[in-house]
Amino acid sequence: MLPRLSFECLHGCSGCEMALLDCGEQLLGLLDRVEIVHFPLLMDHKYHNPLSGASDEEGEIILPEAEIGLVSGGVANVEQLQVARALRAQCRTLISLGTCATHGGIPALRNQWTSEETLQTVFAYGSPEKALLPSEVPALLDRVYSVDEQVAVDVALPGCPPRPEMMLEVIEALLRRESPDLAHKSVCETCPVIRKGKGQGQGTMQRFLANADYDPEEPVEQMRCLLEQGLLCMGPVTAGGCGGRETPLCIRARVPCRGCYGPVRPGGNQLLDMMNGLASNGIDYRSLVDRKSLLRFSGGHGLLKPARKRKESN
Amino acid sequence: MPKSQVVSIHPVTRIEGQARVDIHLDESGRVSDARVAISALRGFEQFVVGRPAEEIPRIVSRICGICPWMHHLAAVKAVDGCFGAVPPPTGQLLRELCQVIAHIHDKILHFFFLAAPDFVLGPDGDYSVRNIMGLVRQEPELAARVARMRQLGQAMLARFAGKSIHPVAGVAGGFSKPMLETERRELAADALVLLDFASFALDYAKRSVFSRFREELQSLGAITTGFLGAVDAQGNLQLYDGLLRLMRPDGSWVDFPASDYERHLAEQVEPWSYAKMVYAKSWGEGFSLNPAAPMGVYRVNTLARLNVCGQIATPRAQAELEDFRAQFGRPAQGTLLYHWARLIELVYACERTVELLADERITDPLVRTPAEPKAGRGIGHVEAPRGTLIHDYSTDDNGCITRANLIVGTTHNIAPMNLSVRQAAASLICDGEVSESILNRIEMAIRAYDP
Repeated sequence: MLPRLSFECLHGCSGCEMALLDCGEQLLGLLDRVEIVHFPLLMDHKYHNPLSGASDEEGEIILPEAEIGLVSGGVANVEQLQVARALRAQCRTLISLGTCATHGGIPALRNQWTSEETLQTVFAYGSPEKALLPSEVPALLDRVYSVDEQVAVDVALPGCPPRPEMMLEVIEALLRRESPDLAHKSVCETCPVIRKGKGQGQGTMQRFLANADYDPEEPVEQMRCLLEQGLLCMGPVTAGGCGGRETPLCIRARVPCRGCYGPVRPGGNQLLDMMNGLASNGIDYRSLVDRKSLLRFSGGHGLLKPARKRKESN
Repeated sequence: MPKSQVVSIHPVTRIEGQARVDIHLDESGRVSDARVAISALRGFEQFVVGRPAEEIPRIVSRICGICPWMHHLAAVKAVDGCFGAVPPPTGQLLRELCQVIAHIHDKILHFFFLAAPDFVLGPDGDYSVRNIMGLVRQEPELAARVARMRQLGQAMLARFAGKSIHPVAGVAGGFSKPMLETERRELAADALVLLDFASFALDYAKRSVFSRFREELQSLGAITTGFLGAVDAQGNLQLYDGLLRLMRPDGSWVDFPASDYERHLAEQVEPWSYAKMVYAKSWGEGFSLNPAAPMGVYRVNTLARLNVCGQIATPRAQAELEDFRAQFGRPAQGTLLYHWARLIELVYACERTVELLADERITDPLVRTPAEPKAGRGIGHVEAPRGTLIHDYSTDDNGCITRANLIVGTTHNIAPMNLSVRQAAASLICDGEVSESILNRIEMAIRAYDP
């Protein structure tokens, strides 16, 4: 029997799944050696048998057994929680795929507000009746959780999206019953730009309103470090690997890193680490307009919370 | 109350988003109602508030991992509006280039990976093989070519702009890097390969797919609605910029700039879906999903764009549009014709890519005008694969977001999708008899919209 794979996308955007498809023919080679038993984006296995006659209202979500489960997206409503539990129960090895699943990702920015505030903002808008909220939909949880906050996860593979080759390597390693090799290096450790150890920013950070200083005819190795140019770059506190052994992807576009792989060590805190890093280089953290955004991708695990007293109106 | 029954399709599969369908049957087994409900809400309109506007294009891209470029670019245009930034001509050209290249992988994905299994392997086939994996086994050469071509479109974006999924190169005031002549030459060669494939894909679909489903193309999920899409001042199809054209079911239309969207469109909340529904306010008839007399309902996405445009400015796509109109008229209403229109747009996107890469201004080094944060309002519009996409932001004196309204492509199509599903369910289900094959045909009506 072929090893079985089961895929789910919870509170995410399907970008991880697109990255998997970016493996192209290599992916087709893998598909030949496995059986995919559940993958809503690509195949028609359902949570319930609609023809069983049983009412779906309180229906349990039933997923098939699989050797490897891959789950992208965080957990943000009661239905996603049900699916996460069902998937965990049926998969021998569960991989959290992408930064939403490993750290909450962009959707966990919602954690700076209560779910009531979010619903009010979204639905008061464009609707003349202020408080008309959808009621017959899966209720929001109090906040956006990473998958490991809700169920046990065996392998965490961050990235927004994860590098396609890395996803294949991890799956292939698990198929060989080996543990995948996940290095914990920072973005800076894989970045070839020129670093002199001293910034040009006069102790402040600039907003990214004009392009970095570089010669487009020259390779990226000839460009001065963006952080040293005075642009906020999350490279020092972010897990590397987006560019494989080559230049990190955002740096190739000559724009600074925003931290999409989450912290270098799984339990790290990108906000604290970055503030410390800036302070030790004599940079005034008050020159950052939106400090909470240092947790742009890693606001799960209770790191982003609603402000206790919100002075400004929403 | 008489005893009734609800049959649920949960989740709807081979679509991009998360949705379920609930079909309500009355005591005599007739369809009394059918709903497509969007079951997730992420709240982007909330959590962009307070953040520096120039950062938003790198946040809202995460609305959709399949069409991140469209959100990225609608956002940079909206931020330009807030800050009063005017990108240099080459900044605009590079943005448009990325926009049309990003349409290519999406259309290949949708037609071949998501929708084609219903047509090539048959709508009644076993669910475990009626998918791309089944297609790989039945037509390995076709599947390999499809996978390679989709990957090539993505690789072109990654090579030039760093990231293809969740892009970063669109910036307030323009683009983050210019294009070198060597890059231009390599991309132009790849674009020709994709154009060849696009022509093949449309021929293949017309010959081997659409010809076998003539009846369904016109009848499955068929409804009569208006349409919305973008055109330039001459009425040519546009994907990156242009005027919005709102067409009534009778084919008459008005053109307006996207910044006037609130005068023409309005949103309505329904208790059973997290997605708001948009309707044509300016028709003055209100909004109704009554299947016998829907009101205010229009459609977006490929079929809509081909219906509203006068013509297409590239030769191969224009020839295909003429053939399409000769067969189905204007506006064409058949729901599964979305697929046909999608492949015509694939040809256009490839032709436009070739054209932009031949424009000598594309390698000009001046790609960005520095932006100045300030209070303002900006409304950015692009045509996403799933339809007209509008980002509307307001900023404070510090250039941080105070308010955001996003109307994404799928939102416009929620109302018509509901009508199509109801039509399909009512015409396929008699006496309460439901089968796996009937339910899949109902899902085919949804898949046409590529929600």
